[in-house]
Amino acid sequence: MANAGDILLRVEHLTMRFGGLVAVDDLSFEARQGNITALIGPNGAGKTTVFNCITGFYKPTEGRLGLRHGGPGVWEVLETLTDSGRRSMRHADGALYLLERMPDFLVTQQARVARTFQNIRLFPGMTVLENLMVAQHNRLMLASGYTLLGVFGVPSYAAAERAAIEQARVWIERVGLTARADDPAGDLPYGAQRRLEIARAMCTDPVLLCLDEPAAGLNPRESAELNELLLTIRNDYGMSILLIEHDMSVVMEISDHVIVLDYGVKIADGKPDEVRNDDKVIAAYLGVADDEVAEVEAEVGL
Amino acid sequence: MAPEPLNAVKSRGADLTRALRDAVLTGLLAFVLFLPLIGFQTVTNMRGDLVLNTRWGLLFSIVAVIAGARLAYAVLLAPWLSQRKLRPVAVAPSPWRDFAGKWIIPFAIGFAIVYPFVVVGTVGFGGAVKWIDNFGIQVLIYVMLGWGLNIVVGLAGLLDLGYVAFYAVGAYSYALLAKEFGLSFWILLPLAGILSSFWGILLGFPVLRLRGDYLAIVTLAFGEIIRLVLINWVDLTNGYAGLSGIPRPTFFGIPFNANDDGFAARFGLEFTPVYRTIFLYYLILALAFLTAFVTVRLRRLPVGRAWEALREDEIACRSLGINTTNTKLTAFATGAMFAGFAGSFFAARQGFISPDSFTFLESASIVAIVVLGGMGSQVGVAVAALAMVGGTELMRDLDFLKAIFGPTFDPTQYRMLLFGFAMVLIMVWRPRGLISTREPTVYLKERKTISADLVGQGHG
Amino acid sequence: MEVFLQQLINGITLGSIYGLIAIGYTMVFGIIGMVNFAHGDVFMVSAFIALIAFLILTSWLGMTSIALALLIVLVVAMVFTAIVNWMIERLAYRPLRGSFRLAPLISAIGMSIFLMNFVQVSQGPRNKSIPPMIQGDFVLLDRNNFAVTLSFKQLVIWGVTAVLLVAFWYLVAKTRLGRAQRACEQDRKMAALVGVDVDRTISMTFVIAAMLAAVAGTMYLMYYGVVSFADGFVPGVKAFTAAVLGGIGSLPGAVIGGILIGLIETMWSAYFSIDYKDVAAFSVLAITLIFLPQGLFGRPDVEKV
Repeated sequence: MANAGDILLRVEHLTMRFGGLVAVDDLSFEARQGNITALIGPNGAGKTTVFNCITGFYKPTEGRLGLRHGGPGVWEVLETLTDSGRRSMRHADGALYLLERMPDFLVTQQARVARTFQNIRLFPGMTVLENLMVAQHNRLMLASGYTLLGVFGVPSYAAAERAAIEQARVWIERVGLTARADDPAGDLPYGAQRRLEIARAMCTDPVLLCLDEPAAGLNPRESAELNELLLTIRNDYGMSILLIEHDMSVVMEISDHVIVLDYGVKIADGKPDEVRNDDKVIAAYLGVADDEVAEVEAEVGL
Repeated sequence: MAPEPLNAVKSRGADLTRALRDAVLTGLLAFVLFLPLIGFQTVTNMRGDLVLNTRWGLLFSIVAVIAGARLAYAVLLAPWLSQRKLRPVAVAPSPWRDFAGKWIIPFAIGFAIVYPFVVVGTVGFGGAVKWIDNFGIQVLIYVMLGWGLNIVVGLAGLLDLGYVAFYAVGAYSYALLAKEFGLSFWILLPLAGILSSFWGILLGFPVLRLRGDYLAIVTLAFGEIIRLVLINWVDLTNGYAGLSGIPRPTFFGIPFNANDDGFAARFGLEFTPVYRTIFLYYLILALAFLTAFVTVRLRRLPVGRAWEALREDEIACRSLGINTTNTKLTAFATGAMFAGFAGSFFAARQGFISPDSFTFLESASIVAIVVLGGMGSQVGVAVAALAMVGGTELMRDLDFLKAIFGPTFDPTQYRMLLFGFAMVLIMVWRPRGLISTREPTVYLKERKTISADLVGQGHG
Repeated sequence: MEVFLQQLINGITLGSIYGLIAIGYTMVFGIIGMVNFAHGDVFMVSAFIALIAFLILTSWLGMTSIALALLIVLVVAMVFTAIVNWMIERLAYRPLRGSFRLAPLISAIGMSIFLMNFVQVSQGPRNKSIPPMIQGDFVLLDRNNFAVTLSFKQLVIWGVTAVLLVAFWYLVAKTRLGRAQRACEQDRKMAALVGVDVDRTISMTFVIAAMLAAVAGTMYLMYYGVVSFADGFVPGVKAFTAAVLGGIGSLPGAVIGGILIGLIETMWSAYFSIDYKDVAAFSVLAITLIFLPQGLFGRPDVEKV
């Protein structure tokens, strides 16, 4: 089995072009098991594009996105899988997936990568509980015999549905929405919607959780609650999290590893402390050239 | 009562002047609007030339009625409405409303079940056929079609303007297979459903990438193509003339006729055509209930939840690992299957079908019923079908209007005119339909109705 | 070759009529994002108005100059149809602006049913035919016993369409109203913020759409010499196809799309099967929407995640 710190997702030479615009340019990085990996950068740096490539919403122009299920031994077949032209390959240790070859829904269904969205995408007219039930669609679909058995109300489906409700209930409790479980998701306050979206992604039973600016629009208290929730998800479930964040303070507090993007190019990669003091990163965030950093820092009193 | 302040009296005077001016303007506008088509009538004279008649009397009566209505609205209705708006809205749920909410569905179902006997009891065997067939069966066919389309439009949020094509496939499948191979209704009913859903998948495949009004237009195009093929493929369908002599359904093998082995003779009853009508009534009632029952069941299954999730947010669905292509196709196929059932029933009931029964107008009416009823609400759809189809059917019986408008007046002419007008009016009055709230499919503690503003509109 | 040339002429004529209607669809879709289902019926109503105006002029007032009569008929049809469409927008669509997405579409379908039945009830269900207004033609080519002709009425249609398109282009490209329309197309809220009267602009869009439909209606009546209450639906759908083919929202696209649809229809009738000519039009519609939803001149629609 895999240990915390083993490579889970390997992004190699990812490039995404929209017409003449290069949104992501030859980006390579890794996300590790049980870690919170943050992808940061100023507006328009290409962070969301990277996410959309990983989760299958965009087809990358170039590059390889390998994801591991099971033990680290599966990386042995990476080249074989690449050459075979297939999407995934089994291995004694587990399985290996090439995400760039999979359509969006299969990335979640088979490779088990779940995601949230920058501008929350819940099902507003469905209740909190229903949102979490939809997330367990594939499991329940199987239990309902692809609907055919379910229409006749077979007991095995009823049991599967009870189990799904139970899992949903656990998550509702964890994100603190028990009192509002039967309210429509669209009625929840903003912070609660963010938490619900994370719970919904977790209900798909992922190996990698991708969060697109989960702290955007939250007040400091909600932001702190979010940090706590993410740490719980990492510590209690051993979940690996890939996070886009705009807000440096959130990132520095909870991430194990930080990758900084600017104009689609990786400019730094390391532990939060290392990145924090990187001149290039500061320059990118202040929007000035490298050699002017000291000057600007002096001006603003850093 | 306290004396009214002077300015209130003054403002009322101003109001009246304004109301009068508005009424005159409205009248003028109505005059211009109706001048060409009401003021003049094109008729062909004895020699076959087109000449004009004038209808000033009619034109001025219509203008007067419209101006009068505008005045009445401004003087009587508008003050009352604004008064009502000012008054606080009662929030406490009335016990009557609770009671109605709980009992209205069982009552409606009960009434639908005893309806044929009520009719026979009231008007006797003689007049019963008209009321059970023209009214009861007709309304139920549209209830069933509405419920079937509701799966596609109301639940999955995909606007299908070619639904009648699947109804046609069901009808022609039954008619052709029954005539060619002599298969019985009970074998062909499921077969017609399967064939229709097959067509649903076939037509559904290419259109799934489309969104919004584009999807609606392509489904319309497909519906029309199927109708045009039915018209032009004369060898198979007999074209415009249609197919006649379609075998009628039997009572599990016993035909409804005056013979010795007929239904009446077997059960020791006196022969009357009403038995067949009653049987057909219960057949369509059972089919409609089947549609409703399956829909209720499907909503609580993952596939039904995925449909509704699709209506709410397709991208979010995909991010949860839901295969949206398959989900849309199942919605299309399921909806089409019920249309196929209804179609084969229609062919069996009429004994005659032609492409005329499957025009765009039919599709539009069914969509109208679903949207007017409130997308996704089965009760709403049933009420809308009753109001729109039943209402226009009742128009056929307004003979007393002949006393007012003269013996040449034919109320049936105005059926579709009023149908179209009612569609516009109801949309303006309640854009989200009669019942627009949504009932959750599953709950932890209590089932709370979800307000219409939150429920997604679908994008297809 | 001769057949081809003749059908080319016929197709362009028919296509001009479709193009004029298509502009109405494309403008209304551009500005309020709605398929104005009743537009085909507005076209049909305009043909009836033109018919009645023509009968008043010729059989009541005894006007003998066909050219003058045609000009008056055209103006009368444009004015009355504009008022009708203005009223339709005011009553059936404006109250639904910003409301449930399907409501305006259903309202438009209802309006289409209403208009069709209104004309049926008020004018009777039979075809209305008039003697030909303009006769005579040029023989362009006479070979193998097949004369390729360009009739005077076809010339009139080409001429009127061209003149109106230039006027219309001027209106949209150069005037204040045209600017307001383009602003509303881009962003209605923003346009309102910078002082564009959005309601008025939308009303004017319907008025212009109706005027062009009325030109098409008059030309249709003159070309075929017959009109019936049911003549709105199929030309309406074909014109919509033209708008989609040209790229919905694109005005030159609508005209070119119209001519293409006219050509497809006439060529299909000549070389394949006249029975299936409407199937061809509907198939073009479906195929365009499925494989080229942005049309020939439209902007591509990118899915935002």
